Amino acid sequence: MNEQRKPTIVVDDIHVQYKTFASGKAASDRRSLMQRQRGVRIVKAIKGVSFAAYEGESIGVIGHNGSGKSTLMRAIAGLQQPVKGAVYSASRPALLGVNAALINDLTGEKNVMLGGLALGMTPDEVASRREGIIEFSGIREFIDMPMKAYSSGMAARLRFSIAISRDHQILLVDEALAVGDKDFRAKSEQRIRELRQQAGTVFLVSHSMRSIMDTCTRVLWIDHGELKMDGDPKEVVRAYKKSK
Amino acid sequence: MTEIDYAALAREAGLPRVGARQDLPAYLKEMWQRRHFAIRLARYRIEGSLNQNRLGLAWVVLNPLLQAAVYGLIFGVIMPKSSREGINFIPFLVTGFFIFSFFSKSFSQGARAITGNTSLVRSLSFPRMLLPLAAVLRNIYELVPMMAVLSVILIGFGEYPTWTWLLVPVILAFMTMFNMGVALIAARLTVHVRDVTEIIPVITRLIFYTTGIFYSLEQVLADKPAWMLTLARLNPVHDFVELVRWAFMGGDTDMTQLAVIALIASVVTLIVGVFFFWTAEERYGRE
Repeated sequence: MNEQRKPTIVVDDIHVQYKTFASGKAASDRRSLMQRQRGVRIVKAIKGVSFAAYEGESIGVIGHNGSGKSTLMRAIAGLQQPVKGAVYSASRPALLGVNAALINDLTGEKNVMLGGLALGMTPDEVASRREGIIEFSGIREFIDMPMKAYSSGMAARLRFSIAISRDHQILLVDEALAVGDKDFRAKSEQRIRELRQQAGTVFLVSHSMRSIMDTCTRVLWIDHGELKMDGDPKEVVRAYKKSK
Repeated sequence: MTEIDYAALAREAGLPRVGARQDLPAYLKEMWQRRHFAIRLARYRIEGSLNQNRLGLAWVVLNPLLQAAVYGLIFGVIMPKSSREGINFIPFLVTGFFIFSFFSKSFSQGARAITGNTSLVRSLSFPRMLLPLAAVLRNIYELVPMMAVLSVILIGFGEYPTWTWLLVPVILAFMTMFNMGVALIAARLTVHVRDVTEIIPVITRLIFYTTGIFYSLEQVLADKPAWMLTLARLNPVHDFVELVRWAFMGGDTDMTQLAVIALIASVVTLIVGVFFFWTAEERYGRE
């Protein structure tokens, strides 16, 4: 059905694992120190997910906590290499997470600079977009204060504003819309729609079925690291709600 | 839906694989384009760590100065004078300590560059090499005021500027290459084996005493077998410290051997470090 359209992202049967330390019952495979590290357990976060995304699509990703949504986003962004399978993409996808790191001891203004540079802009580009970023975040009066003085909502708004200041061909938004008040949420949804119209592809991870239904044209339901359903938002959300 | 060959679909659309490691020239080129990120990160880190203190940036110099004072007080009294005959002790000690701390801080901060920035590594894509390099860069920034204070101390203790002072930046440039190489190797090792962080202070301590900060290795080892001094001189940190001391305070020792070892060590360490770090580029976000 999508033959005439050009895929922007192809995810081919990816498996992602974490190595982590466990104790107690979880560390059942205890081995000696010389053999390897003790109590290391492999967590299989993604177990074989495949799909193709096309230009202009806005894809919602839903699933219970710990189902592997954020891991999938990181794998698509190339920040976490899959142990098996591969992700192919037309341009480097940009991941916008709520916990994107900025330095808390510094003022919002300096964090705008640092965040912009981290996204690959030049200092001049950041300087020219600075006003727009601060305007969008709506926290101009606090911009000269260190970020640790911000409320979590304010910090998240600033991070979101930095991340969307650049035109990304492929944008991955991880639960960022859940933060901020009603006005800010409306503004960000508007911006995401704009981004989509610039022939980009947007992924949106959210627990808010309303923002998924409002912004997305297609929904992926991830359950226990597997792709359970892929299709029209209404159908998938209905099935997802029923499963609870 | 039937089985779709996704790999073929990607091939047809001409999509490259995400997160694939670039070849070294392209990698270094991207790093150069993103250099402003590392520079700002280094500068902001200094500001962020100090703006809570009342004396602020003054601590960059005060801290090593006070530490040098402690060593001077303890060992200047305890150690026999024969361990540093004919040496202007205070400038000798402060020069040694400042140069050594440039190495030790680059080493320890470089080692933590990836593991200490996990959230940054997991949320943004940029050449990971920028993080250990930013750690070294931060120490270069801190070195500048330290050198200014050092020249004041030198002049205050009767070591007046000579033409050889101009060689100090050159020596430090090579030392920076060496430190970068060490930081890159330490950064990758820490990612694989977290235990490395526990050993680094021990290694640093070992290098500290074999470098000769508050005594002259050349004099202490004078009546020992010759191979011991040769061995000590193979430690590049000792060579850098001795070279800077020589440039600042003069002396009649032949520096050729030390200069050659230091030069080779910096070039080799940097090349090995860059290559060693780059080969694991894809793995940094995973653990």
